[in-house]
This record gives sequence, structure tokens and C-alpha cells, in this order.
Amino acid sequence: MSGRDEAYWAKPVRTLTVRTVPADAVNANVAGRRVAGAAQGFGQLWHKRFRVRLDGARVSPQEVIRVWKDRFGDFWPKGARVFLPATGIAPGEIGLINAGVPGAPTLATGILVIYADDVSFSFISPEGHPFTGPISFSAFDDDGTTVAEVEEFTRASDPLWELLMILPFVGGKIQNAQWVGTLGNLAAHWGAAADVETRIVCLDRGRQWSQAKNVWHNAGIHSAIHAIGAPLRRVARRVD
Amino acid sequence: MPGSWTSAATSRPRASRASSGGIRAVILNFSALDYMNSGGIGLLVTLLVRANRQKQRLCAYGLNEHYRQIFELTRLDEAIAIYDSEQAAVGAAR
Repeated sequence: MSGRDEAYWAKPVRTLTVRTVPADAVNANVAGRRVAGAAQGFGQLWHKRFRVRLDGARVSPQEVIRVWKDRFGDFWPKGARVFLPATGIAPGEIGLINAGVPGAPTLATGILVIYADDVSFSFISPEGHPFTGPISFSAFDDDGTTVAEVEEFTRASDPLWELLMILPFVGGKIQNAQWVGTLGNLAAHWGAAADVETRIVCLDRGRQWSQAKNVWHNAGIHSAIHAIGAPLRRVARRVD
Repeated sequence: MPGSWTSAATSRPRASRASSGGIRAVILNFSALDYMNSGGIGLLVTLLVRANRQKQRLCAYGLNEHYRQIFELTRLDEAIAIYDSEQAAVGAAR
């Protein structure tokens, strides 16, 4: 018996391959890396769910997801950019993420689309990304009103990211604000109030010390190294 | 396990009971599975955490090639032991 869902899932990959890189994107910390699931992360495991009801909007869950897929980056709050391939959000596609961090080099990382159907899609991130674990975006009908949702099961990937997560005003709060802002923008697109309901539960307070070694892949550290090397790469390109 | 494995899977309560005290391993039978969305991955992560908390092993059998690939894609196969048959899973859990 094969699954009815087979067309919606990406095939497993040993390491990620970035095929096209937009001229203005920083491509680092994705190519050649493995993906990391929740079991490979270091920090506490969080189940986060963000929802917004599109009250008054006559839009189906399918239409919400179609638009969300097409304009995924447009709904992100300012400060972070996502570069998706022309083929868009489809199983197996890889996107690059460039996040602006005040006083620090651009954090370069990415996502792999692991699942996409007409009412949902999901990402998983490469090693070194601040979080490990699946993030899903979906829409569904709730008694005649379409609800858009972001749900994640994530751990900080290494001790440094975990330290940032537990600091007030940074880390987890920035991540949460990302999805609250995204859903707010999505609601505004359909003229609905940006009244985002947030539910955050810690599923596992323990840290997976066996995964502390993930710090070697830390995208923040590697992004800083990448930024330092940028002038040298520009010179090398001119010489070529 | 039911044919569909999503965040709303009806097997959640049964799995919750199975992960209560005095049990060394929880074995999931996926042989009837023909639909899983990404919500199913979240559910598996939750079950895995519960099992780890109870110092139990989480095992699975009856996965066809497609679902084995999903476990590999999400790297759940590194945390959940996969067996070809119930007999093999039970044997390993003893």
C-alpha cells in the first residue's frame, strides 16, 4: 500500500543542494548541510501554535494557502528575507533566508520544503539554523471562518542558540514575533484584524547534551566568517 | 494505528495511555497507514518526547517505503527504531 500523500512529500536527501542563488542573496550555511529534525536539536522542545481568524474575509483555506505560497516572503515582517526558487513552495524545494540582526552580519540560513498540499506546507531547516524541527503553515475552516495557522515543534539547535532563546527580548521572542507579524500581515491582506492567538507549550524542559556539538554548524558564527571573507571573494571574482 | 496520521489523529489518546508507567517500549504499527501530513510528524515528535521522558523506547513497524522515506527525510529514523515486523519490534524491545 502506498500513501495517498505521496505527491505532497519531498524525497529524502543526504545533503542540501542550492541550485539557483539570487544576486542579492547571501548563500551560506545551506549547501552541503544535512537537515536537522527536532530529535537532532539541543535545547528545550517547544510546541508553538499561532492562529489568526480571517473574520469577514470570504476566502477559502485553499485560496489562503495558494496566496501564502506565492507571496510567502511578502508576509514576513521587516528584517528578514526569504529567497524561494521560481518554482515556489513545492516538496523538495530549498529557500535561502537572510535575516538582519542589529549590529551583526546578516544571518544566512535556509529551509527545505518537506511537505506541501493545497491547505498546508511545511519546512525543515539545515544544521546550524537557530531551530531544529518542523514548521507548518496551514489554513482550515472553523465554522465558516477560515483560520490561518503556523505550528512548530522546535528546539534551539545548539547551546549558543539556546542561550539566546532564554535571554529576555531576544531569541524565542524574536521568533515568536516573526510568526505573529506574518499572520498579522496575512490577515491584513484579506482585511481581517491582526488578532493573533498564541499558544506556547514546553514539551521537554531537558537539553540534549549529546547534540551540543551542533555548535560547530552554528549559522550565526559561520555567517560572521562568511561576512569577513566577502571582500576577499570579491577580489577573487575580479581576478577571474 | 489508523489509516490517517495527522495532528488530529484519533490514536493520540491510546498512545498517551501506552506511554504511561511500567512499560519499557512503545511499538507503533503503521501497516494500515495510507495518509500522513506534516501534522503527523509533530505528533510523532510529541510521542517521542513522552517516551523519552518515561525512559521508554519508541519503535515502529509496518512502514512502507514511502513512510520510511519520510522518517529518513525528517531524521526521525535516528530516534525511532524501525523494524520490518511486529515480531522483530517486540523481540528488540524485550
